[in-house]
Amino acid sequence: MKVALFIPCYIDQFYPNVGIASLQLLEKLGCDVSFPLEQTCCGQPMANSGFASLSKGCDANFVKNFRGFDYIVAPSGSCVLHVKEHLHDDKNPLEAEKIRNSVYELTEFLTDILKVKNINARFPFKVGLHNSCHGQRMLNLSSMSERVLPAFSKPQDLLNMVQDIQLIKPKRNDECCGFGGTFCVFEEAVSVKMGKDRISEHQANDVDYITGVDSSCLMHLEGILNRQGNKIKTIHIAEILNSSL
Amino acid sequence: MTPKHADLAEQFITDEPRTNWHDETLWFVREKRDKAVHGIPEWEDLREWGSQIKNHSLSNLSQYLKEFEEKATANGIQIHWAATGEEHNQIIHKIIQKNNIQRIVKSKSMLTEECHLNDYLEHRGIEVVDSDLGERIVQFRKEAPSHIVLPAIHLKKQDVSETFHEHLNTEKGNNDPQYLTEAARGHLRDKFVESELSITGVNFAIAETGGFVVCTNEGNADMGAHSAAVHIACMGFEKIIPKAEHLAVFLRLLARSATGQPITTFSSHFQKPRDGQEMHIVIVDNGRSTQLGREDFRNSLKCIRCAACFNTCPVYRRSGGHSYHTSTAGPIGSILNPNLDMKANSDLPFASTLCGSCTNVCPVKINIHEQLWKWRQEIVKNGYVDTTKKIGMNGMAVLFSYPAIYRLTGKIGRWVMRVVPFITNNQLNPWYKQREMPKPPKESFRDWYKKNGNSQKN
Amino acid sequence: MSSRDKILNAIAANQPDLVAPPTIDLDTVISYEDNYTQFKKVLEGIGGKVELLSDIAILNNQIQKDKASGQLVINMIDDVDKQIVMLTSFELEKLEKVYLRATLGVAENGSVWLYESQMGNRLLPFICQHLMLVIHKKDIVTTMHHAYQQIDIAKEGFGVFIAGPSKTADIEQSLVIGAHGARTATIYVVE
Repeated sequence: MKVALFIPCYIDQFYPNVGIASLQLLEKLGCDVSFPLEQTCCGQPMANSGFASLSKGCDANFVKNFRGFDYIVAPSGSCVLHVKEHLHDDKNPLEAEKIRNSVYELTEFLTDILKVKNINARFPFKVGLHNSCHGQRMLNLSSMSERVLPAFSKPQDLLNMVQDIQLIKPKRNDECCGFGGTFCVFEEAVSVKMGKDRISEHQANDVDYITGVDSSCLMHLEGILNRQGNKIKTIHIAEILNSSL
Repeated sequence: MTPKHADLAEQFITDEPRTNWHDETLWFVREKRDKAVHGIPEWEDLREWGSQIKNHSLSNLSQYLKEFEEKATANGIQIHWAATGEEHNQIIHKIIQKNNIQRIVKSKSMLTEECHLNDYLEHRGIEVVDSDLGERIVQFRKEAPSHIVLPAIHLKKQDVSETFHEHLNTEKGNNDPQYLTEAARGHLRDKFVESELSITGVNFAIAETGGFVVCTNEGNADMGAHSAAVHIACMGFEKIIPKAEHLAVFLRLLARSATGQPITTFSSHFQKPRDGQEMHIVIVDNGRSTQLGREDFRNSLKCIRCAACFNTCPVYRRSGGHSYHTSTAGPIGSILNPNLDMKANSDLPFASTLCGSCTNVCPVKINIHEQLWKWRQEIVKNGYVDTTKKIGMNGMAVLFSYPAIYRLTGKIGRWVMRVVPFITNNQLNPWYKQREMPKPPKESFRDWYKKNGNSQKN
Repeated sequence: MSSRDKILNAIAANQPDLVAPPTIDLDTVISYEDNYTQFKKVLEGIGGKVELLSDIAILNNQIQKDKASGQLVINMIDDVDKQIVMLTSFELEKLEKVYLRATLGVAENGSVWLYESQMGNRLLPFICQHLMLVIHKKDIVTTMHHAYQQIDIAKEGFGVFIAGPSKTADIEQSLVIGAHGARTATIYVVE
């Protein structure tokens, strides 16, 4: 199974450990993983700001890098969603379509394609899972509190396979953290307030870590935690699933 | 220039305990909604039926409106058509003048808010008494409703107590909701009894019968409509549904979505004027036909004004209704208002994280978050975006199109952040105002991969 | 061109291609073991009272007593009094209690349907201080879908579903019963 690893730009630049954990985890699980070296960004920051028309060059570069693989996997629900919904390339429409249909968020890939039943990992901490909106509501990684449908959660099922982990749910299990792409700077006040409110629910649970499938949400929460001098840390789910502490 | 959502929201949040209270109060309503809908196993089917009935109605709207007009006229109701908000106000003014009316009560109608009817009439020396308790409170305070179902949700009981002390002579400092409501009851029952004209909204208008339905909990629409000699009901043309049996679907959806009640206390079905009464319906366009023609946005016209999207919206709960500077706030307002005035409301589609909770609670399945995204594209296309943002986005587009530039910029950026952090860590950077910047690592993932990637496999 | 024609033309030009309405499959909607029990539970949950009567005649005593109290009490259970139909809102403002027949009850939401002919005067169920309604137990249907199958909303000039007493939560979301209309709503269910 030829898998291309798509490492979103801000993970590449700020959170290389998330990339490393994703790579190692996929290889441990038997995937033949490549990292196309000329990749940059999915184009979401422009598109969500209303500038989808500017993402053509970005899209073309994405198609150039990711064509020809069975699967494209990324440790980010938000970027995967963007590719799935908006990747277009006039010069290579079929290849763009194939990529749209074969791009997966990491936990979705582990659950639905690799059908992972066991994970050899240990993480002896109290952990709160942050359900990122794009992963949950749009990629359907877990059931949503608004809908009247059976309950499930792909990230939570995977975390439950980790030894000695103690998962605790916040009161509002699927409320947005307020990151929202450029929302976090253009609506700074609301964004930070939303983040603080998420944190206080996890704090009430006395967690050691907040984890999630999107480093963008975690980066935002980490920024607030560090400013607060809070001892809670953030960690991407790939790092827990790849942990052998 | 209208203040923008981000600035108004920032002001709102200055009082953090009050923001918390606002958030929790509305979250409580959202939780009541969840409890109610989880009691209906077929809830998701019900939403689908609601959605399909509305899709069908919009696809045959001109026919249904003609049918409605014909039936209603035969029932003795006078039908008026208003292309704009202004025309809507003129029609009502004329009816008032013709009947030489002084005393007017109005139950909740977001359409009359949209058309600024009260202001229009006030300028012509005519006073309208809003009879919904929440609307009466904000009317006393000369404020606009901050929520379409809970108009005074931004106020605490102390605020209401002060307002009532001033206007209704209630005891100073008595904040008991029961006491305050009782005072309003006495005051408004007097207004109902002496009213000559009653204005109401319309929740649903039924093409096959020519009748219409008005839903309230207080009974204020009925107290007015059955007392006064003249009843004017105002409706946007999208309120039309084909058949009486379709009301079953919408009345099951509406109150559960709005407040978690199984149904509103009163669901009144008006078919004909009572003996000696004059009954009018004003059917309003005011931009709706334009919205109907916008393929990406037309299904916003399915809205039944339950406000579930308000209550669930994490941004609305922390910024308050007035931060949306329009008569209909919240997520649905942010996709309706750009149609009315794209420039003045160009900030609203950006007042969202696109979390999608609004779409999930919507009883008629309006894809609200997708329309927010599409409005952003539309607003940029029409040039209603600041230059700095435009320059930034163009720069980003170049950066991500050329891998070499991206890598170089990333490297320099990380180096700068490590070596001279004050360049990003300052108050001009909105991120840094209340958040630390991420700690930049020495090498990017790509750098690491080039060194170690292949050795992983061995 | 009149606004009417302008609006209708714009709509006709802009409305999407015709799509069919849904088929509403009543087999998939909720059902209850006992409609009366559900009706009572829901109605009490929203502030209404429910009393089961073996015979409607039991009410007569109470109505006589109410009428003797000197307050304005109207009974329309047996027939509609033409005098009352003519009363104005000024006169009805003093209405303490009204007894009305209703057509049916709805188990899923605790509401009852009344036709205008059952109220005589449209104001009665709204302006009274205490609302007393009578339905037959066999007339409690499961959901609103079933209710609309049984009523004809175009038959009379006015009709209403009433679910409990008038209420508001407009002050800090604190529920207050008796906003403008009835402070209590009692539904007598006759077996």
